[in-house]
Amino acid sequence: MSALASLIPFGTLDELAAADSPVHRLDPRAKLLATALFIVAVASFGRYEVAALAPFALYPAALMALGGIPAGFILSRMLAALPFVLLLAALNPVLDRAPLLTLGPVAISGGWVSFASILMRFALTVGAALVLVATTSMDGVCLGLERLGAPRAFAQQVAFLHRYAFVLGAEALRIHRARTLRAFGGKLTPGEFATLAGNLLLRAWDRARRIHVAMLTRGFTGRFPEPRPLAWGTRDLLFTVLCAAAFAALRVWNLPRILGGLLAGGAP
Amino acid sequence: MHMSDALVSPLVGAAFWAVSGTALYGSGKGAAREAASGSVPLTGVLGAFIFTVQMINFAIPGTGSSGHLGGGLLLAILLGPQAAFLTLASVLLVQALFFADGGLLALGCNLFNMGFIPAFITFPLIYRPLAARARTAGILLAAVAALGLGAGAVALETRLSGISALPFRTFLAALVPIHLVIGLVEGVATVALVRFLASARPELAEGGPRGGWKAPALVAVLALVTGGGLTWVASRNPDGLEWAILRVAGREPAPAGDPLHRASARAAEAAPLPDYAPKGQAGRAATSRAGLLGGAATLALVALAALGLRALRKTP
Repeated sequence: MSALASLIPFGTLDELAAADSPVHRLDPRAKLLATALFIVAVASFGRYEVAALAPFALYPAALMALGGIPAGFILSRMLAALPFVLLLAALNPVLDRAPLLTLGPVAISGGWVSFASILMRFALTVGAALVLVATTSMDGVCLGLERLGAPRAFAQQVAFLHRYAFVLGAEALRIHRARTLRAFGGKLTPGEFATLAGNLLLRAWDRARRIHVAMLTRGFTGRFPEPRPLAWGTRDLLFTVLCAAAFAALRVWNLPRILGGLLAGGAP
Repeated sequence: MHMSDALVSPLVGAAFWAVSGTALYGSGKGAAREAASGSVPLTGVLGAFIFTVQMINFAIPGTGSSGHLGGGLLLAILLGPQAAFLTLASVLLVQALFFADGGLLALGCNLFNMGFIPAFITFPLIYRPLAARARTAGILLAAVAALGLGAGAVALETRLSGISALPFRTFLAALVPIHLVIGLVEGVATVALVRFLASARPELAEGGPRGGWKAPALVAVLALVTGGGLTWVASRNPDGLEWAILRVAGREPAPAGDPLHRASARAAEAAPLPDYAPKGQAGRAATSRAGLLGGAATLALVALAALGLRALRKTP
């Protein structure tokens, strides 16, 4: 049930997205495109790359700094999603024991290198996605998706889901709390689950009908009104092009290797 | 069984995006036709319902563990496959963006594993033929098959991506049995919910537009075959981008003469992993030290830049 209670911090991403900063003011489409390019660039590295991924941290770090997103918040979100990736990555050091590189007397196996690489990619891609929502708002993301060619029904579906997830989450929490108080700590069985979830479903269904009738009486024509019309400006173009160029450059040139070569006085 | 961006290669991500995107587009078209009859707010709220219910874990009697509903089959029964796929897609997108469950690149894979398979494969092929005569058996079989196939798809996508060192068969053998059990749990929960609905609101349990799944299924299977074939061939080549650059440039870029480029070329020559094939060359330790030093220095620079930007933002 702790998972259900975690719906509550769900809201803080929205609160962060309601702030105002140069990053918040960028067109959602620019941020969506940049995030997609970023993720593809990061994912395209070979499995034994670790250091070359490091400079990519600049993108989420800069957006967080400029957008006023607290790093601790993003990090705590990342940790919550870590277990599955960790489970898959943790087997790499066991399965892949061929030594790849040496640090003084210690030989490091390929498994440990790919383990580190997976964690690095995880941190980068998850960070980029979280920063996108924290600086764009879900409505902005939906609007941007629709304008980028996603089916309108899908964009609206996401917007509705986001709107009512809190409402239903609070309702589910209420029903569940009532059950817990009367069940003296007994675990939920499938039969009870069906009654609980079924009641929630009936309420959701009735609410959906009321909402739809209310929307139609207010003149809903199948399109959400835009609170602030999207305007693609020079800044957005500049941001997208600069990001694309930077990702391409970092993909081709291994910055840490160059830097390390310089710091170590050139490799032998 | 959410795949993560960290485990998916761009080619595999793109191939499954092609499949799921095609199905999403077709489902969006189908749903747009029904939008006039008011199904969009309904599917929206139902998406929120599935989202919420996925978080309620119930005890599985006799095992001491717990399970939760995935919802694909239930939605297909209530709304028909197209609206079900659209709804699941929205649930997965919000999970990817808010909870970092899966990722944007892996979304195509996740949509295929958890949405496409129950909505367009096991629902029409297993549930529907059985629904009239043996509804409970139909639900249980369709749920178990969907989870088993989904787990198989996860193993296949991981194998094709080649980021994890897990051998395909070992992974498959570990993943599929547990998901067959989870599928049974999903089936039991779906049966319980459908029965509850049938007694509380008989008209809802029978609902759902029929038909309209064949075209997206056909397109998607074709896309899967071409996409899958493509990744299979291409994954032998470890790095798509370098391959493309080589193709475009026609040769390896020649190093320039200045000291910076020479230093980087020397570092690259002695790289710990030239073309992912480690060789026992002299100076390996020195270059790995340099790589580590460079990586640490880069991260320190990133942190400094972020702090600087933050200070800059606060001053005006």
